[in-house]
Amino acid sequence: MPAIVRKLAQRLGMLQHSFVGGVHPNMHKLSADCGIEDCDLSPVHVLPMKQHIGEICSPLVAVGDQVLRGQKIAKSEGYLSVPVHAPTSGRVVKIEEHAIAHPSGMGLPSIFIESDGDDTIDESLSPISDWANSDPTQLRERARMCGLAGLGGAVFPTFIKLVQDKRFPIETVVLNGIECEPFLTNDHRLMLEHAEEILEGMAILMHMVGAASGIIAIENNKQDAAEAMQLALDARSDMDDVAVMVLPTRYPQGSEKQLIYTLTGREVPAGKLPMHIGVLCQNVGTTKALFDAVVHGRALTERIVTVSGDALPNPANLRVRLGTSVRTLFARQGLEDFSGTHIVHGGPMMGERLKHPDFPVVKSSTGLLAMSSQFMGSAHTVEQPCIRCGHCSEACPISLVPNLLADQCRSDQFDKAASYDLFDCIECGACSYVCPSNIPLVHYFRYGKGQLALQRREQAFADASRQRSEARDARIEREKAEKAARRTRVRQTHAPKTDQAKADTDKPAAVDSGAAAVSKESKD
Amino acid sequence: MISLLYALASLGAFALVAGIVLAIAQKVFHIEGDPMVDRLDTLLPQTQCGQCGYPGCKPYAIAVASGEADVNHCVPGGERTMLQIADLMGVEPKDLEEEAAAPMLAFVREDECIGCTLCIKACPVDAIIGAPKQYHTVIADHCTGCTLCIEPCPVDCIDMLMKPELIEHWSWPLPDTKRAQLGHERREQHAGHS
Amino acid sequence: MTEIALILLSSVLVNNFVLTKFLGICPFLGTSSKVETAVGMSFAVMFVMTVASTVSWLVQQYVLIPLELEYLQTIFFILIIASLVQFIEMMIHKTSPVLYQGLGIFLPLITTNCAVLGVAILNVQQEQTFLTSALYGFGAAAGFALVLILFAGLRERIEISPVPELFKGSPLALITAGMMSLAFMGFSGLVKF
Repeated sequence: MPAIVRKLAQRLGMLQHSFVGGVHPNMHKLSADCGIEDCDLSPVHVLPMKQHIGEICSPLVAVGDQVLRGQKIAKSEGYLSVPVHAPTSGRVVKIEEHAIAHPSGMGLPSIFIESDGDDTIDESLSPISDWANSDPTQLRERARMCGLAGLGGAVFPTFIKLVQDKRFPIETVVLNGIECEPFLTNDHRLMLEHAEEILEGMAILMHMVGAASGIIAIENNKQDAAEAMQLALDARSDMDDVAVMVLPTRYPQGSEKQLIYTLTGREVPAGKLPMHIGVLCQNVGTTKALFDAVVHGRALTERIVTVSGDALPNPANLRVRLGTSVRTLFARQGLEDFSGTHIVHGGPMMGERLKHPDFPVVKSSTGLLAMSSQFMGSAHTVEQPCIRCGHCSEACPISLVPNLLADQCRSDQFDKAASYDLFDCIECGACSYVCPSNIPLVHYFRYGKGQLALQRREQAFADASRQRSEARDARIEREKAEKAARRTRVRQTHAPKTDQAKADTDKPAAVDSGAAAVSKESKD
Repeated sequence: MISLLYALASLGAFALVAGIVLAIAQKVFHIEGDPMVDRLDTLLPQTQCGQCGYPGCKPYAIAVASGEADVNHCVPGGERTMLQIADLMGVEPKDLEEEAAAPMLAFVREDECIGCTLCIKACPVDAIIGAPKQYHTVIADHCTGCTLCIEPCPVDCIDMLMKPELIEHWSWPLPDTKRAQLGHERREQHAGHS
Repeated sequence: MTEIALILLSSVLVNNFVLTKFLGICPFLGTSSKVETAVGMSFAVMFVMTVASTVSWLVQQYVLIPLELEYLQTIFFILIIASLVQFIEMMIHKTSPVLYQGLGIFLPLITTNCAVLGVAILNVQQEQTFLTSALYGFGAAAGFALVLILFAGLRERIEISPVPELFKGSPLALITAGMMSLAFMGFSGLVKF
């Protein structure tokens, strides 16, 4: 159906609102029936100093310090940042750079904690059981202190969204239990096993932002989770305006802006946040973490990770302490030889492919996948010419024109690509997924975005340098002018005195008149 | 004969009117200096390194705008700057004479520095701080890597170091496919006005 | 009213100067490599053509015919066009130096753009009134602008597409122009004029 007809039908209420485009990949939810297992403590935990979007943290501890579980070990150095906490009790053994789950293969400064096995919890944060009568700003500070960041994978600092702003009152809280990426089941299991805690967390969210209504969004391939949430909801008397909505499965429905449009019919404008249209969207995992932070006073030190993939013998959902080595997780599930397997951090559509498994679990680790080469086949097939079939434009959930953007990025026409809204691309991978010519479209967009960011950074540096250079030239010019002015003044004061000196040779000061004039001037 | 006079007179009168109108327009649309210089100047990397043969970025911009200099002399700007200048000037892009070196930073070995202030005077962007008989040091965030401070130093205590790579500044490379390379080579056509 | 609509429609689409009458091909090929320059050129030509057709009509009616100097038509018209081009050149140089640089030699060459002189002479031949000649001039220029901008858009897309070595640059541009001309022939039945 043409987009304009569909939009009109949606406006008139003849059709359910739904985001455009999207794809239906095979879901491969191998670990959907595996309950959450606790993963053992690892001997050494590696905590990178940045596990969120924003500014890097700086360590608060030194080598040799004893730390407790939940103790703050790194403090944030800016607004867009959250602190890092020790995942277990033990000793800080070293602070140095360690590889992280990043496509560059580069590392970040990290704190290494050797666990002592006691797992003693830091009790300094008191539980706030009476949160309903607490000040929202106090709860917000708690969310920041506990290091909460979006656990759906984007790791945006949570406290920033939890704000009451008179200009943008929040009407609806959306709980995101969509989990549209193939393979991943961590949110699914969390909703099945911790429905009450999630709902309590949602009540805290609604109290914090002053919202009256809420929606819990779940895709229809997780009926059991939806039933569990509905049961828990029925058991509560204080959440009448909250509804569980079951949506037809489609990727990328879990993307914040797409989900909000599907649920409310309101579109988040480019460059704006959901709060600007009166919506707060939180992942179920984050909501559970908020519950723990407020009601139990526990910092974010663990998360549920789906360990899966077609090359993994025993897929599972694990409750893992942050900083645990990914290699040990794979070994626990029966994979020790990594030759011929590809490791993916995150989901298969948006995750990063990594060269080795020696990196720690961080706040953004939704899933860890081990894929066989056959499964990753499309990544190795040859890129063919674009045949302009238009599948990518149809699949794009933001209605961009991926094939044109890729052409522009490829030939370095970044400004033009930006004018075709390259920066609105959410890199969901739907276009690359449907492309019959195997064009790595998202890879081109990432290249284009990176190059444009580089150009803008260089331009800013060049502008700053030009200002400094011009200021320097102006200063030299001014100093020269001052010197010249001083010289002429000296000459003027000097000249009559020499005349006098000729007339009156007894005066000794005349010889030194120049110096005298200078000192007199400097007194002025 | 009369019609010939008419013809001459009318043509002459018309030309006179047109001339007067154009003279007024010339006054109204008079421009001071060359506005291209500022636009070219913003394209240049502002290292003020002088590798183009001119004493700074602005003088090179003036030279390019007047057609005196070629578009391909900016070494640190690399190919991208050359293409942008060629695009702005509407001329064919040319090959670069020198490959741009990796971005560098100056570093003063402080225990060897004698505090002579010569490097401070040489720095075109005031990125070195210090005072006579005091250690000098380079503000890394402001250093353009122009190497102009190396030569005046009497004790050779300034090193050029590689600029550290930051994970935040890492960007995705072009996909490693043949079509990506072929497409990338087409970027030069964009700049030309053939 | 119908007459005005008919004149505009026929001059923009049916008797398009570039693709049907093949006038003004030189700037059509020369300034169409980028949409920005094409837009600038379009506005410059639109200004020159509209003003030139009105002024030349006035000159024809009130100078040349009363003085029986019709044989000086070409010289007078070129004089008008040249002055207008000088004027617009100064204006562009002042307002948009980048566009001035981008248009390069093609800006003063509007003087010799046969579409401009063509519209002035056609106005006289077809014995248009003052209003219709102004409309005809504007319509012809709008048609020129339309195809120039469309063509520039096509060329921008072609530039970043994989094209066989043989066809790169002008050959493919000419083929594209030919195909556009064929497409515009489809308008020929639109208005019986």
